[in-house]
Amino acid sequence: MKQDTELPKDPEQGKVESPAEEPSAEPSFAFSPEREAKFQEIVRRYPTSFSAIMPTLWLCQAEWGWLKPGIPEWVAERLEVPVRRVYELISFYTMFYTENPGKYNLQVCRNISCHLMGAQNIIDHIKKKLGIEVGQTSADGMWRLEEVECLGACGYGPVMQVGDRYYEHLTIEKVDALIEEWSKSE
Amino acid sequence: MSDFPKILLDNVGVENSHTLQVYRSRGGYKSAEKTLKTMKPEEVVGVVKDSGLRGRGGAGFPTGVKWGFVPQNSGKPVYLLVNADESEPGTFKDRDILDHDPHKMIEGIIIASYAVNCHDAFIYIRGEYGWIVKRVQKAVDEAYEAGLLGKDILGTGFDLEVIVHQGAGAYICGEETGLINSLEGKKGQPRIKPPFPAVVGFLDSPTVVNNVETIASLPWILEHGADAYRGIGTEKSPGTKLFSLSGPVKRPGVYELPLGTPLRELIFGEEYGQGMLPGIELKACIPGGSSVPVLTAEETMAAKLDYESLAEMGTMLGSGGCIVIGDDASMPEVLKVLLQFYHHESCGQCTPCREGTGWLDTILERMLAGKGRPGDLDLIERVCQNMAGLTICVLSDAAVMPTRSFIAKFRDEFAALLPKDEEPEEFVPIARSAEDRS
Repeated sequence: MKQDTELPKDPEQGKVESPAEEPSAEPSFAFSPEREAKFQEIVRRYPTSFSAIMPTLWLCQAEWGWLKPGIPEWVAERLEVPVRRVYELISFYTMFYTENPGKYNLQVCRNISCHLMGAQNIIDHIKKKLGIEVGQTSADGMWRLEEVECLGACGYGPVMQVGDRYYEHLTIEKVDALIEEWSKSE
Repeated sequence: MSDFPKILLDNVGVENSHTLQVYRSRGGYKSAEKTLKTMKPEEVVGVVKDSGLRGRGGAGFPTGVKWGFVPQNSGKPVYLLVNADESEPGTFKDRDILDHDPHKMIEGIIIASYAVNCHDAFIYIRGEYGWIVKRVQKAVDEAYEAGLLGKDILGTGFDLEVIVHQGAGAYICGEETGLINSLEGKKGQPRIKPPFPAVVGFLDSPTVVNNVETIASLPWILEHGADAYRGIGTEKSPGTKLFSLSGPVKRPGVYELPLGTPLRELIFGEEYGQGMLPGIELKACIPGGSSVPVLTAEETMAAKLDYESLAEMGTMLGSGGCIVIGDDASMPEVLKVLLQFYHHESCGQCTPCREGTGWLDTILERMLAGKGRPGDLDLIERVCQNMAGLTICVLSDAAVMPTRSFIAKFRDEFAALLPKDEEPEEFVPIARSAEDRS
């Protein structure tokens, strides 16, 4: 935020810590100019480089869809933080993907309010229809099915999230129509 | 129940209510302007203390008192973190403000920041609300352009920077110290208190963490005064509150009601839930988000929605997430859904919670698989005794409260799952991946 001079430094700064690991020989990455500008803004506004890891990972997912091999190391280099601090976040938070989540990742809420409104029927139907289990991606990389915890749409369940959007008041017919629409978009 | 002023949802339903232009046309930002131009920060804290406003995230701690703990002249910056990590199952109220009236929250942020002498605020929004992050960012950008944020706000000399931060899917980050750690770029594991965040919080600086709804109540309170706010609700629970109504009712949704309103009004009132779906009878209700003790149908009909009344009934107002359960639902199955959730969301740092939530989940799983053992209900109680009150944060308690109340109030349904014979089959729990434990 306002900057470097007035705000506290990283609490761990100055401690003995190996810097970012050896740069990997993997392909190097680059943001689009627009996202590079956004990245510079994050670095400028966040009070510490550790705080900036999470928004930078979001930016990477927006750019590449998921955190491909080499991206965590690249993020560590760009933010000058130890790469373990990047992996610490990736492994703790469920929304950072180190595997390709598929083109359409159907994340169906399984929590209480959706459960009461029949979420299990929706999940069972999708399993059968797409021939995948919960946590699986289809062989062609098109579909993935996940059970997720409360999405905060409890009054409008059953609900699923696909990308940035919520699909609410789900019925089997609605799910069929959506899947058909997405199949055509390929 | 229509004779009270809408404080929180007054703009929801108005076309383009999320834009600065519409918000201002409805009187928006006048309260912040008046506050910054005519009041001293300590006077603002005084008004909020007098109003009796209590934190709407779940704990219900008086907001003005919380602000009063912030030391001035500590030589460190003061931070305001707005908790928009709404993830308590059954709760979807903050979403209405963030989505339809983000400027009300921003106006509240200006007032709160001025009161506690903060110049750097963050809005921490749960990761799943991706489209809301964009909407709030747009509103913040509008406010910057209009001189309502940034340097020298409204020519008053007050500076305030606001950053919109997106979480990444962890229930525990709604706990205020978990949120602070997350914002510092760490795992969202809660911290031991004391020290309290008001003294040692974000980056070891004094920090106020307030829920979206709490913040959004401020413009009205500063505009109309503490007495007007106290004129709504009950003596000890003044004001209005948002209630998220879900489950098999005719009109689920988010409703604003004065505290002290009968729970049956929310569920059955014509203007609100309009009763159960056809063919389903009320069986139980969780009044304050999934973590609070459940009420039977009879208790539900007698309950009132305020902090004290619900405490007297042995439950809590919590987040106001009212989950209605119909007679078509199996209570052990519903509890299993919740225990799997707490097991998944335990951050793992305290053994009683990490292991306890896992064992509760596993025991109920085997009971539902027809492989329960005689004495399993006593075993569950013993596990609960080793969890409640023994951990850094209250996630452990949040798993224990529904467990104990579900079993106490619907014991027959649980007992029916247990065998009468003494030699149960051996049960092998489903292996959970390491990721599942995060």
